[in-house]
Amino acid sequence: MDSRTYIGRVRGLGSAKHGGEHWLKQRLTAIGNILLTTWFVLSLLMIPSFDHAALAQWLAQPLVAVPMILMIANIFAHARLGLQVLIEDYVHDDGLKFAAMTLLNFYVIASAVFGIFVVAKLAFTGAPA
Amino acid sequence: MAKNPNRPLSPHLQVYRWSPQMAISIFHRATGFVLATAGMMTLLWWLSAIGGGAESYATFQQYVVSAGADGTALQIASNWFFRLVALAVTFSFFQHLASGLRHLVLDIGAGYELKTNRLWASVAFVAAIFATALVALIVASRFLGVL
Repeated sequence: MDSRTYIGRVRGLGSAKHGGEHWLKQRLTAIGNILLTTWFVLSLLMIPSFDHAALAQWLAQPLVAVPMILMIANIFAHARLGLQVLIEDYVHDDGLKFAAMTLLNFYVIASAVFGIFVVAKLAFTGAPA
Repeated sequence: MAKNPNRPLSPHLQVYRWSPQMAISIFHRATGFVLATAGMMTLLWWLSAIGGGAESYATFQQYVVSAGADGTALQIASNWFFRLVALAVTFSFFQHLASGLRHLVLDIGAGYELKTNRLWASVAFVAAIFATALVALIVASRFLGVL
């Protein structure tokens, strides 16, 4: 075991060179979210009918399915970064933190893949009767 | 390292007087959490109900939007639950958007003067409440037949 202090261990090694990565990704996905959710909210306001057939037809269009897939991916990427900070700030026990981080990754990846699959299936094969 | 629970803690939220700048920070977290959980789960349910066909969309409508005249007690309770969720998610969306935009401005190094900072924190709250009220009015008049 190394008996040096934490600062003694890292002194002189320089930065790990990815300190800004999380911060920057959070901002980049935030800007993506502004564009994509603005599109989504305006689309919702302009949809003429909320009947199932009309919605299925609307969602299957390439110009709706593509931004919807982008929005799902981008929102969950942004949510992962944000909820990660929540866990880091409020869960202090190392074991619980590891468990919470694992669950968070399962949650965002499973949800995003599910959402993307749903939209892609509808766009490629149409709505079931 | 063993944790000693008797070590002194630095004072937390309870010792500070609330200000818009402080409230907007905690609201950014709370609203982000609401959007990432309730907001995204409802969105995914809506999308998968559309993808699942007319019957699956009818189920979504019965539980989330309106149970109709012959709705069960569970469906009617669920409707009210989702109306509250919708209100919370709508407010969370605009609040997170407004304070997110504020963060992007702060990130370029602008808006740190005390009065300016306080002003824009308050503006973000007012904008979010105003936008939420606007959406609630649109939904009430277009879908619930209230206005």
